[in-house]
Amino acid sequence: MGISNLNRSLWVFHVNTGSCNGCDIEIVAALMPRYDIERFGMKLVGSPRHADVLLVTGPVTMDMSAKLKRVYEQTPDPKVVIAVGNCGATGGVFYESYCLDGPIDNIIPVDVYVRGCPPRPEAIINGVVKAWAKLEKKEAGK
Amino acid sequence: MRLSRDKNSFKISVGPVHPALKEPIQLNCLIAGEKIKSVDFELSQAHRGIEWIATRRNPIQILYLAERICGICNICHTISFCTAVEKIAGIEVPARAQYVRTMGAELERIHSHLLWAGVAAHELGFDSAMHYTWKAREKVLDVIELLSGNRITKGIPTIGGVRRDFEEKNHAKIIEAVEYYRSVFGKLKAIFLDDPVIKSRTKDIGVLTKKDALTLCAVGPTARASGIARDVRQDEPYAAYPDFGLKAITPDQLTGEIKGDVFDRIVVRLLEVAQSADILEFCVKNMPGGKIVYEEKPIKLLAQLKGVHGEATGRLEAPRGEVFHYVKLVGEESPYSWKVKPPTYSNLLPWIPMLEGEQVADIPIIAASIDPCMSCCNRAVVAENNENVLNHDMLHRLSVEKTENIRGQLA
Repeated sequence: MGISNLNRSLWVFHVNTGSCNGCDIEIVAALMPRYDIERFGMKLVGSPRHADVLLVTGPVTMDMSAKLKRVYEQTPDPKVVIAVGNCGATGGVFYESYCLDGPIDNIIPVDVYVRGCPPRPEAIINGVVKAWAKLEKKEAGK
Repeated sequence: MRLSRDKNSFKISVGPVHPALKEPIQLNCLIAGEKIKSVDFELSQAHRGIEWIATRRNPIQILYLAERICGICNICHTISFCTAVEKIAGIEVPARAQYVRTMGAELERIHSHLLWAGVAAHELGFDSAMHYTWKAREKVLDVIELLSGNRITKGIPTIGGVRRDFEEKNHAKIIEAVEYYRSVFGKLKAIFLDDPVIKSRTKDIGVLTKKDALTLCAVGPTARASGIARDVRQDEPYAAYPDFGLKAITPDQLTGEIKGDVFDRIVVRLLEVAQSADILEFCVKNMPGGKIVYEEKPIKLLAQLKGVHGEATGRLEAPRGEVFHYVKLVGEESPYSWKVKPPTYSNLLPWIPMLEGEQVADIPIIAASIDPCMSCCNRAVVAENNENVLNHDMLHRLSVEKTENIRGQLA
């Protein structure tokens, strides 16, 4: 993975689509002093229009699927989507529920899957590194 | 409830996807100038149909489902469900397992309250305080990881006991964490309770009177901050709490007065962190020996549960307040019914008196002050059959129909 010539830090927007909070608090933990991915310039931003990366958690409930799609469309290209957690990738323990539109890749294209219930902050950071490499490729091909 | 607008007021919607909210919920506020006139909220964004899924799974499988109702207070939901099933089947939990459950719950309370303190600091704009509390929180996560193998979800309780023992060789680490939290307590207190800016942002803000708290059935730290000394651990002690003899914490124990504002809610939660440290120490010192589970083989346990009929409730004090589970077994593999009443469900209505009359800039900290947990709370979706409400799909369909009509007319 060559991480070399992206001329900006990654800004991340976090969308919770009905997750249990487990992944969400691990995402915040990754930003906090122990793991501190802010030292690489990554930070959570307040609007998808400022973001390079979408961190999506949760199995996508019916209520949230249209909103997730809108957030995705508001994010400028090139962008990468990281699905954090098992339920975002497959539905997890909720797979058979009547009120899910998910998993996430039913609604929007996903670039990186971070598995775990919830994944450790190290795994999330690893996912972001993979996403960074993908973003570089997308940026080069633009 | 619909907000009615007039000429001088303006409606702002916060959420469901909003940077001040970590979870999807929509707050609709009617404002006049900077003042909030009335508040309404829309739920159901995080509804995952958990109770329905449970009617297709066996009780052992439901343990893992119950754990994923909420990632933060996961052990409380599992213990609550187990208690209900144990009551129906007449299973007695070994004393050592009760202590393990208590310690799991208290470790979780420390992690949840520190997490909340960090989020509250962030909402106020004190990111350095947030970093400090979350750094302090990593200590308890390390202990949880050592004891259960995972940082967040624990998989500790099972029906009739616990799956994994908190062995004596690990007790030194628990005591180390207890000592650590006692040592940082002074600093946390200085950050949150003595800082003049935090004081002025939280004192007399988001007041919930004792009367309102009682009328709206507030629970947990939200109710205790308004002066209602109600705590399931004190009123109906379960697990190891009867031995400890817990007393509910109210803010006057530190400040000498009860106002029911955001500041008081911070006081209650910080004092509860210290109380949890005491309980952990007590449990480590007094842990009895013996079995940790009533029946080690899940298959045998399931066979026994298949034969029982009845209904029961399990309740306990989660970090946010009282968790209440209702289970009905009818002699089949899956339960006939399972109902969950989480603390946030009771604590949402108090939002309305708290927010009314406050400023728009206070919405984040007041909303965060009850420690809301939407994933716990969203137990139902309301399919409103109201023709006045047009969602995106319906509008699009109407628009397409009109185009088709016009095309037909012009052709």
